[in-house]
Amino acid sequence: MNKLNTKIPDGPLAEKWTIHKNRIRLVNAANKTKLDIIVVGTGLAGASAASSLAELGYNVKAFCFQDSPRRAHSVAAQGGINAAKNYKNDGDSIDRLFYDIMKGGDFRAREAFVRRSAEVSNFVIDQLTAAGVPFAREYSGYLDNRSFGGVQVSRTFYAKGATGQQCLLGAYSGLIRQMSLGKVTLYSRRDMLDVVLIDGKARGIITRNLVSGEIERHSAHAVVLATGGYGTIYYLSTLAVGSNASAAWAAYKKGAFFSNPSFVQIHPTSLPQLNDYQAKLTLMSESLRNDGRIWVPKKKGDKRHPNEIPEEERDYYLERMYPAYGNLAPRDISSRAAKERCDAGYGVGKTGLSVYLDFKDSIAKKGKKVIESKYGNLFELYEKITGDNPYVEPMRIYPAGHYTMGGLWVDYNLMTSIDGLYSIGESNFSDHGANRLGAGSLMQCACDGYFVLPVTIGDYLADDIKTGKIPTDHAAFEEAEKNVNDKLTRLISVNGKQTVTSFHKRLGKIMWDYCGMVRNEEGLKKGLKLLEELKEEFWKDVKVPGTMDELNQELEKAVKVADFFELGRLMCQDALNRKESCGAHFREESQTPNGEAQRIDKEYSYISTWEFTGEEKDHKLHKEPLEFECVKPKERTY
Amino acid sequence: MNLTLKIWRQKNANSKGAFVTYNLEGASQEMSFLEMLDYLNSTLIGKGEEPIAFEHDCREGICGSCSLYINGRAHGQDSKSATCELRMSRYKDGDTIVIEPWRSKAFPVIKDLIVDRSAFEKILEAGGFISANTGAAPEANSIPVPREHADKSFDAASCIGCGACVSACKNASAQLFIASKVSQLALLPQGRVEAKLRARNMIAKADELGFGSCTNTGACEIECPKGISLAHIARLNREFLKATL
Ligand SMILES: Cc1cc2nc3c(=O)[nH]c(=O)nc-3n(C[C@H](O)[C@H](O)[C@H](O)COP(=O)(O)OP(=O)(O)OC[C@H]3O[C@@H](n4cnc5c(N)ncnc54)[C@H](O)[C@@H]3O)c2cc1C
Repeated sequence: MNKLNTKIPDGPLAEKWTIHKNRIRLVNAANKTKLDIIVVGTGLAGASAASSLAELGYNVKAFCFQDSPRRAHSVAAQGGINAAKNYKNDGDSIDRLFYDIMKGGDFRAREAFVRRSAEVSNFVIDQLTAAGVPFAREYSGYLDNRSFGGVQVSRTFYAKGATGQQCLLGAYSGLIRQMSLGKVTLYSRRDMLDVVLIDGKARGIITRNLVSGEIERHSAHAVVLATGGYGTIYYLSTLAVGSNASAAWAAYKKGAFFSNPSFVQIHPTSLPQLNDYQAKLTLMSESLRNDGRIWVPKKKGDKRHPNEIPEEERDYYLERMYPAYGNLAPRDISSRAAKERCDAGYGVGKTGLSVYLDFKDSIAKKGKKVIESKYGNLFELYEKITGDNPYVEPMRIYPAGHYTMGGLWVDYNLMTSIDGLYSIGESNFSDHGANRLGAGSLMQCACDGYFVLPVTIGDYLADDIKTGKIPTDHAAFEEAEKNVNDKLTRLISVNGKQTVTSFHKRLGKIMWDYCGMVRNEEGLKKGLKLLEELKEEFWKDVKVPGTMDELNQELEKAVKVADFFELGRLMCQDALNRKESCGAHFREESQTPNGEAQRIDKEYSYISTWEFTGEEKDHKLHKEPLEFECVKPKERTY
Repeated sequence: MNLTLKIWRQKNANSKGAFVTYNLEGASQEMSFLEMLDYLNSTLIGKGEEPIAFEHDCREGICGSCSLYINGRAHGQDSKSATCELRMSRYKDGDTIVIEPWRSKAFPVIKDLIVDRSAFEKILEAGGFISANTGAAPEANSIPVPREHADKSFDAASCIGCGACVSACKNASAQLFIASKVSQLALLPQGRVEAKLRARNMIAKADELGFGSCTNTGACEIECPKGISLAHIARLNREFLKATL
């Protein structure tokens, strides 16, 4: 079995993508109209893929759980999208973008993938601009850029603090156009609950119609998952409340491998938790760190109002610890530094679990107007939630679960280990190694969806031009549908006493405490035990009111939480296995003398790829060695 | 704090709905409005009753999922704010709060507080896009856009498609929704090519779908969580006129 063939072509790194494109098989225009593709997810990755595939001639069925594709969680991305345009003449290039992503990911990503995305990134900006995305401009009328954490050039394109919304709406408008042309059929308000395999190939999905409750079968020649990240496993995170792992998890249980599941980015600048009822944490864009300075009082437990703490009694700890990058140190490093200061007793706010992000100096230097034009909507958002005005007093921020670098394993064609099943955007693990740089996800999502998948999928579909429609009365559909029905029935029939949300909160706390920002062997083992106990309690005492054949939001949540229990276990196992620290994965046992992440390249320079071997059985680990042709892994200093 | 909540309950699209009154004890001013509803739902589930269905996702005012009519105002009393951004600190102990779904024929109720807004998608399908295929785009900086236009275009584009404008309008007009898209694209050179047709086709589609006409009452602008200005409707009208000349 060679399911883990990465299909990375030979040849010099910078030429691989061109070589590959020239070599792979294509499907001619007339034959494309005979082929159906299911795209699950309509975020930046899914919407750009669905519209681009439809433009090529394929018949596309697009699915999302919201009422409209436009509400996919990409809409919430704030800060920006990267590309190596070098419009600032500051020394940027495809190679530098490539290197920054590799280094940002702490040398745990595949070179060929990252190089490709860096190369394609420039076309993404062209494409989105052509689609009418109103990116920020300079007075010349040309596009503006700003810088983001972990880099020294200015390459982040943005649309105020709503870059994700604008990019998504750009991709969505392309999708809408293909809907109007009849090339995309939209199935909104659907949860994908299983993928259907016929003769080992992905040939369809089972969905639940969230309005009628009906269980539906949809067939196609290939299935693309663009279902986003699973940071909601922590319950409180910066993700939309409905974000989930269920589609990817269903694929995993059908044989798609899952890589680096425990690599989760904890974002340094989220609003802190304000109370126990809270359903999510709100992100304050990283771009704020361009003009905001992060600090805590030098004195432990200093309860004075921040404006009353004089300059010499403030500890601008990022500037102190990372002089070259200062407040723009990468996310994982900034998050841990905040946790370290708070754990040591210097945190501020009622709970002591927050630090200041202060705009005083920038406002004094550049004027309130400039700051307002850059961050006006974020400042408003902050004030709405906290009641404090960040123009006159510092914001309070704390790290929060944000982005999952881990995801479904894919080869160079973005195909998972199941034939005909693809994974794009945040749902795969492809580019970001052990830590993602800011503004790199929108970039990857759009690269995958617009420019990579539409080319690579032809290589597989070339074999299917004579296959004809895939019938949905095949036994495989029958069986998958039955399994889905059984699972839903089981959830409802527990009929216990505790709400799904109460379980999710407790599950999230276990994951946050033992598989969050800092991990160690003892904690992970304890986490595994607690998870197991809580899972048992869930299946004995959860209360899912209502029935299956109606709009039932509690049932929707229950499915997601049930899957999180299983994924949580895999995440802990993955984190246990990797005894080194790298990027966002910080194992206390493995740190440098100054407390930074200590990679152990000799032992862990590999991608951890997991295989499902059966319910309640151990997950099987495959190690894919990382080979570096162009970069030399070194200690990540900032 | 304790609250009296009058909430619209409706089993599904085909059944008749009615207000049901709930006395909620133990809510807190620290909650967001939707967290207050989460809390109400947890008490309902605890009592063996069915929780209230309402839509939400990002909970930070950008996805446009939430859609409540609160004490007679779309998204509640705060200006430039979606329901998910509304805080309970705006209410006090003993208050009565009436919560309804969007009221508009074009947005039929699906269940409780959830409505069907797919009519918006149909309007967009009539032309709310630039017909640029993937791969055909020129170098981005080959199309300079005056900064002022780009900023105005952004303001129009900030529409979250929630439907508050329609729901607040006595004619149930979708004019502000259409204007935001038409204006966003008309302000950019890339979008000018199809500007006139776009305006005409989107308006025709809205008429066909039963949205009302605009009589400039301005209620939409007041209730828009993104503060999208009526000036965009003026631009839409200009494009429409050009298209019919
Ligand atoms: C607050 C915030 C700010 C961010 N800011 C930035 C930024 O400035 N720059 C940047 O590059 N990145 C940013 N990111 C990360 C980035 O936004 C995401 O990684 C990216 O948008 C993910 O896009 P996607 O297309 O993969 O998935 P998503 O946009 O999450 O879309 C997922 C889609 O899958 C569908 N779906 C999911 N599960 C199912 C299911 N079971 N059945 C049916 N459909 C399903 C959903 O309906 C949705 O359509 C940010 C993230 C957050 C949380």
